[in-house]
Formats: sequence, C-alpha cells, structure tokens
Amino acid sequence: MKITFKSLLAISIMTASLSLHAMENKLIVVTSFPKDLTKEFKSAFEKKNPGLQIEMLKKKTTAGIKYIQETASNNTSDLFWASAPDAFEVLKGDKLLAKYTSSAKGIPEKVGSYPINDPDGYYTGFAAAGYGIMWNTRYLKAKNIPVPAQWEDLTKAVYHNHVGMSAPSRSGTTHLTVEALLQGDGWDKGWAKWKEIAGNFNTVTARSFGVPDGVNSGSFGVGIVIDFFGLSSKGSGFPVDFTYPKTTALVPANIGLLNNAPHPQAAKAFIDFLLSDEGQSILLDKKIRRLPVNPETYAKAPAGFPNPFKDSSIGAAVNFDVILSKSRYNLVNSLFDVMITYRMDDLREATKAIQDAEAANGDSKMITQAKALIAAMPITEAEAADPEFAKIFKKKRKKATDKVTGRQAEVEQQWDTIVKANYAKALELANKSH
Amino acid sequence: MTSKAYKNPGQTLLFILIALFMLSFLVIPVVKVFYVAFIDVNTGNLTLVNFLDFFNTSLFQESFFNSFYVAGMSVIVATIISLPLAYFTTRFEFKGSVIIQSLGFVPLIMPPFVGAVAMQLLFGSNGSVNLLMDEYFGFTIPFMEGLNGVIFVQSIHYFPFILINLSTSLNNIDRSMEESAQNLGSHGMRLFRRIVFPLAMPGYVAGASLVFLKVFDDLGTPLLLNVNNMLAPQAYLRISSIGIDDPMGYVIAVILVVFSLFAMWVASLALKGKDYSTVQKGGGGLAKRKMRFWEKVIAYTIVIIILLAVLSPHLGLTLLSFGSIWSYSVLPDGFTPEHYVSIFEETPEFMVNTLIYASMAATIDIILGTAIAYLVLRSKIRFRHWLDYTAMAALAVPGLVLGIGYLRTFLGMSIPFGDMPLATWWVMLVIALSIRRLPYALRACTSALHQVSRSLEEAAENLGANKTKTIYRIVVPLMSGGILAGFVTSFATAAVELSATIMLVSSESDAPLSYGIYVYMQSAAGRGAGAALGMVAVVIVATGTYFSHRIIEKGRRERSLENNS
Repeated sequence: MKITFKSLLAISIMTASLSLHAMENKLIVVTSFPKDLTKEFKSAFEKKNPGLQIEMLKKKTTAGIKYIQETASNNTSDLFWASAPDAFEVLKGDKLLAKYTSSAKGIPEKVGSYPINDPDGYYTGFAAAGYGIMWNTRYLKAKNIPVPAQWEDLTKAVYHNHVGMSAPSRSGTTHLTVEALLQGDGWDKGWAKWKEIAGNFNTVTARSFGVPDGVNSGSFGVGIVIDFFGLSSKGSGFPVDFTYPKTTALVPANIGLLNNAPHPQAAKAFIDFLLSDEGQSILLDKKIRRLPVNPETYAKAPAGFPNPFKDSSIGAAVNFDVILSKSRYNLVNSLFDVMITYRMDDLREATKAIQDAEAANGDSKMITQAKALIAAMPITEAEAADPEFAKIFKKKRKKATDKVTGRQAEVEQQWDTIVKANYAKALELANKSH
Repeated sequence: MTSKAYKNPGQTLLFILIALFMLSFLVIPVVKVFYVAFIDVNTGNLTLVNFLDFFNTSLFQESFFNSFYVAGMSVIVATIISLPLAYFTTRFEFKGSVIIQSLGFVPLIMPPFVGAVAMQLLFGSNGSVNLLMDEYFGFTIPFMEGLNGVIFVQSIHYFPFILINLSTSLNNIDRSMEESAQNLGSHGMRLFRRIVFPLAMPGYVAGASLVFLKVFDDLGTPLLLNVNNMLAPQAYLRISSIGIDDPMGYVIAVILVVFSLFAMWVASLALKGKDYSTVQKGGGGLAKRKMRFWEKVIAYTIVIIILLAVLSPHLGLTLLSFGSIWSYSVLPDGFTPEHYVSIFEETPEFMVNTLIYASMAATIDIILGTAIAYLVLRSKIRFRHWLDYTAMAALAVPGLVLGIGYLRTFLGMSIPFGDMPLATWWVMLVIALSIRRLPYALRACTSALHQVSRSLEEAAENLGANKTKTIYRIVVPLMSGGILAGFVTSFATAAVELSATIMLVSSESDAPLSYGIYVYMQSAAGRGAGAALGMVAVVIVATGTYFSHRIIEKGRRERSLENNS
C-alpha cells in the first residue's frame, strides 16, 4: 500500500509539474474589483501555482471596457473580471471574449431569478450580488431616524436629506437596481417611486463607491448600495448595517476569457480556481463578503450571512428581463440623470414642500396634483420601448450608412424643459395648499 | 534684428524639435479625440450641430456659468490666502518663512480625491467641526455644500500657484525701486499698491491664471463633492457613461480648451507693453525689515489661521491614516499604525515608481519650459508664440482625454526593441505626465525670464560670450529660482496626477502612488491604507520641496555675497 501511495504521489507530482510546464508563468487580469478582493485571490492562486505571477489591472468597469476595446488590436490582457453582466455583454457584442466553460461542479443554474452563467458560454458567474439599503447606526441613532427595511420606507419624510445613491449611468449595478424596480413595479409606478425616494436624497454620487463611503463616514445616514459594500463595511468594523428590500434583483459578478489572451492556460486555471471550493470560500472573507454561487460554501459563512439559495425571498420577487433591460439601457440612464441627478435641487425642494404640506394637513387635492406633477414622465413606456427611439441613445452607428434621426442632447433638452416646469409647478402647488 | 533669426540655426533647430514633441504627444492625440466633436452622429459627416446643441441645452449653460463662477471665486479666495503669506515672508524678517513657504506649498501635493475625503470628514455636514458646533452652539455651517464646497477645496488646493509665483516675483524685485520710492516719500500700503504689487504683477498674473484654468477644468474635486453641474464633470460623465462616441463630452472638451486659450490671451494682454525686468538680481528682493511687537502678533495670528485652514486636509488625512474606524464622530474611535505597516509590506513599488516618474516628468518639463520661454521671449522665430499657446493648452485638456488620445495614437506602434504596444509602456506615462504638467513649469520659467533684463545678456555678448554660453552662464543661473519653482510644482503635481494615469497604467508593477491610493480608496477597509499612502506622498514631496528651498536660498546667499565682495 505504502509503495502504491508513494508512487501515486510521485505520479501526481510529475503530472502537476508537467501541467505547470504547460501553464504560462504570467496572468494579466483587468478588473474593477477592489484590492481587498483581488489581493486574497491573487495570493491564494499564486501559492497554488508557484512561479506564476498575476498582474491585476484595476480599472473602473467602464474604463476597463474602453481599455480592452482600445487595446484589442494588440491584446496583452487575459481576463476581464468585474461585476456588471452588461459590461460583459458589451465585450461579447464586440467579439472580444472567448468561450470557456469551467469543469467546476455543484454550481446551480440560477441565483434568485438570474442565470449565473452566460448561456452562450462567453463569461462565467462566480459570485452573486444584490442591491439593498445600508445605514449608519450612529447617524440614525443621533438623529432619531428609524431603520429602513423596504424601498417604500425611503419615501417617508423622516428620511428627507438623509439618503444617498449613485447614478445608474455611473455604475452598471446601480442601473440594475433602477431597472429591477421599474420591472418589479412597472414603468410609471416604478419611476414615481424612484422620484419619491430621490426627493429625499442628500446626494447623487458620481462614483458608486461614494455611497458606502458617505454612509461609513456619516456624511449621510442611509445609502442604496450593492450588498458587498454594506457587508464588507460592516466586516471592516464600521458602525453600519445592511438589508435586502423585497424588490431586488440578484445578479452574478463575472469573469470572462479575452480573445487572443496571451496566457490562456493560466487564465482558464484561474477561472476554475474561482469556482473551486477554496476560491468560493475566499468570498466569505470579512473584507470581501460576497455571496458565493456554490450553495455548499454557505456552510462556512458567519451567522446572519444572507443565503439566497435558502432564503428564497432574496432576489426572487423580480423576474429580471435582461433583454428588456438591455434594449433601453442608455435611455433609462439618461432619464434618471435628466429627472434626478441634474435636477436634484429642484426635485428636493419640491419634495420638501409636499412633505411639509402633508404634515400641515394642506389641501389634499392640491397635494395629490403636486405629487402627480413630480411623477409625470416626459415619455411613455411604449415610446421608451420603441426601438427607433432607443436608437438615439445607441452608442454607435454600426455602419457608416446607418441613419438615426434625432440627437441625444436635443431629446434630453426637451425632457429637461418638461421636467423642470413640472417640478416648479409642483412646488408652487404644494406651497399654496396650506 | 530679423536677420538674427537666420544667424541662429541652433534656435531654429530647437524650435523644430520642441514643435515635433508637442505635435506628437499633445496635438495629434488630442485632435484624434476632438475630431469626434465635429461628427454628426446620424450621418458621420463633419458638422457644427453638436455645438448648437451645447448652447441650446440649459444644463450645459448652467454648467458653463457654474464653472466660470467657481473658477473666478477660487482665484479671489486663493489671492486672499496667499497675499499675506507672500507679503510677510518677503517683506519682513520673519522667522519660519521657510516653513510657511514649504507648508504653504503642501496642499498641491494632495491628490484631489484624497483631499476631498479628508475635508469631508472635518468640514462636511456631519464632519468634526460641524458635530462640535452642533453640540456646543446648536447650529452648523455648510462649508462643503454645493459650489461653495468646490470653491473652498479648490482655493485651499491651488492657492500655492499664486503664492509661489508671487513670492518669486517679490523676491526678484529690484530693491532700489522700493528704496527710490521710499526716498520720494512713499511707504506702507501706498508703496505696496503703487510700486511693489505692480512690479510683482507677472508672477501674480501667472499664478492667478493658473488657478483659474486649473479650477475651470478640474475634474476630481467637483466629482468627489458630487457637484455635477459644472463643465469638466459634465464632459467626464458624458464620455464615461454615454460612451466614447457621444459627441457632447468632446464638445465640452473643445470648449474648455478654447475658453482656456482665451483666458490665457486675456492674461497676456494684461501684461502686454509693460517691462517688468530689473537689472539687478543678486541680493534682490524687497528690503526686509523687523516687525514691531504688535505687528508680529497680528502677522502670526493671520499666518496661523491661514495655515490651519490650509493644512486641514492634511490634518484630516493624518487622523484618517492612523485612525481605526472614523464614522460620525469628532475623532476616530482609536489609533493604530497598522495601515502604514500594510502599505509598506504590500506596495513599496508605488513609491519608487512615483519618484522615478515624477522626477523624470519634471526634468523634461523644466528643460522644455526654459527652452520655450527663451524662444518666446528672446528669439525672433515666427510662430514662436504658438509653442507657448500649445504647451499652455495642455492645461485645458482633461487627463482622461489625453489618456484616450494616447491609446488611440500609440497603440498600433510597438516600443523600440520589444513587442509591447507603445501606448502601455511606462515611458508614455512619463511623457503624458510631463505634457500635463508642462504649463506649470513653463509659467514659472517664463515669469522668471521676464524678470531677467535683456541688457545683461547683451552685456555678456558684448564681452564676447556666444549665445550658448550666455544662456548657460547668465540666463539660466538668473532664472534658477523660477526654474526650481517650476520643477517643484511639476514634480509635486505629477506625483499625484490621476486622470491620465488611470487610462495608461497597464500593470500594477508600473503604477505610481496616486493610482495606488485610488485603488485602496475604493474599498471600505482600504480607506485608512489609502490615507497612509497619501501621507507618504505628502512627506516625499514636502521633503523635496524643503530641500529645493534650501538650495535656492543657499544659491541666493552665495550670489549676494559675491556681489557684495
């Protein structure tokens, strides 16, 4: 027995070293993930493969896409590793990704109601994430504000000027939150709710990390953030907490092999490692705190760690329609910016006036009218769904012969005029009502 | 004199070399990007319709006004901060002048996003100051809200431009001018207003125009304070969110450049037709006198208040880098050295890279800056002013645009003796940094040369020195203060540049500090470590500044000794 064991060991060492020879000694990963996450995976994978060196190129998702697009003719990177699935869709659409299906076992097909892997096999989900509400416990206590649980809570007057969020045009994951609520509640109701919440915003941050940063430091008390921002802030010791509201979508964070990758063997091994038991467990690190896609890994999670494979209420309420989301991606972002980001002061002022009028028991008819003015949309869902119209917001003309009528800046100016007038009228009505 | 140009093949060659450098590393990349602004998205034809859209959009009109307002107000506030500092240190025997001038310089070396984080923690609506005020007085002051926050942070961040240039000018003023005025009975404020300040004008205008332009197209600060209704953030948001092919972002970029050129032109008009040069250099500077006791008290009070305000970002950063958790409280919950331990263990290469890149870029800058200043002010080559304008236009090119331009221009080419794309070679990063920081060095060199009287060169030439020797022995030594000021400004600001860096860095082992700080600051647990890295940057550049100050002072003393003997 001993001999067999020894020879087995020898053989396995030999094959291991053989496969090492087959594998390149370098791996270049373009990633939008923070150092706390990449550091752990880098050192674990390098330890497993002595002699191999990983270069982590940190870029914001949008900058990362641009970098890969611009360098495609002379590609030096192996993997793209980021959150938003739509970013991978862009690369896939540009034919910059290569197919690879990992042999890892035990990964289910869906998390919440979202498929974990790209059905065409161009990118692979390795962790799940969903949007929710994060708050600073010291801040809420000092200002006597109740802990929020659902999106509706954030529309209440008590949260006025205490909420922060990033613009969906700034981060793919924020866009998913906006879209999830639009799909969950419907176009008009969804937007109305967003504008009611936004009326309580303290700020719309330009970077998605600006939101957890603001909550952590106490610049504002409540933030609409992706789960790992909240969970890892808590894990790092900040006096904050996080919860998933009912209407949220869980989406996978992904990794994809790039076309003409200079180190394909190492890249594939890295994808396999991410999905292995060891790789999945790293996700539970207190500075990382992302949801593993392997249900078995949750056995090692700390108490109170959310488990979407057990707790079916997380991310199940919305049946997320990726095609619909993709078809109006830029249009939704642009609408959000026109109605909320760039008209923040007008919206906040009008919302405050309505809240004051309600508190003073003002004329309810006028208040309802004012609310309707704020909720009013410059375009209907049908218009938004019109592919001809959506073309204005397309990034590129595919061919020189393609023609589109209307320009984005022109359309946005028309919306802005409507929205600005509505907010001003709402303010006037609310002030008059009491 | 025109015939002289032909007698100077050296100057012509220099002109051509510099022009080629500017063309390949600034003009072509930027034009490649700007081209998009003139494309009709619908047809692909050349058009001006995008500019029409710009001026018809109320958001852009508002942004334009806000940018203008913030830049103008920042110049005013920065002047209020720097005037007393410059005046006290140059006019009086004031102990600690070196400290003021070194510390006064420190704000520049703070990466804007780090500075804003620290300022939020101290002055934000729930920052230390407001928490204390709320507790003891029951009210808070919105230092950091909206445009005021941007003006506050920007003036604290950029006032050193005015301070440095103004102090250099004041130091270079011929003492005899002041003495003559005093002999004629002028003194006090009148002396300052009528003689001293006008003579220091080139330095002040150089500094003020830099502050204006810098604030006008600064991206980091408004972005971090979440003020979106300004031009530079609008350009950035359009390009990075709608996409690289959206014309509006580029239209804004074009407008930024055009407007900045216009501002430069106005500044040059202000100086036109006036001769600021002085004959005497060695031992120059205003006559320093001792302060009376009550003057000292007032001076120290003013200086301490200003320095406190100016150094508050660093105070905040220090607390942050040593603090464990800092959330909704006046001070961090506890203090720990662990952030420093972790950065020195994990990322020493960031510091080494920064030193290499920033000193290389600054060296390129002062060489180019001196050469361009010399060609512009001393040669008769036609189009020589275009070198100046082009170099200054770099100020108005957002780093992101320059980065994209480099990727577009140089990606197809390979580095010499290698198969890496040129665009992602670290040397390109150095060149991008030097292009971006050239305007600072150029302004400093130009204002220094402005004050060197041509008669000194003519004297040297009469005594038989050739052009090269004159430049080497007379012009450059007389400009040394300005050149060094240019080097330090370029070095310090290059060390913390981020926007072009983030586009061009292609591997972490090639990355500089600012990139490291950015990466750390993107996670909750990394805030302390990022702050620690920021402190390292501050210390590195502050030390450099202090030593260069010592060198200037030493040189000045030696020269004045020579003069006196």
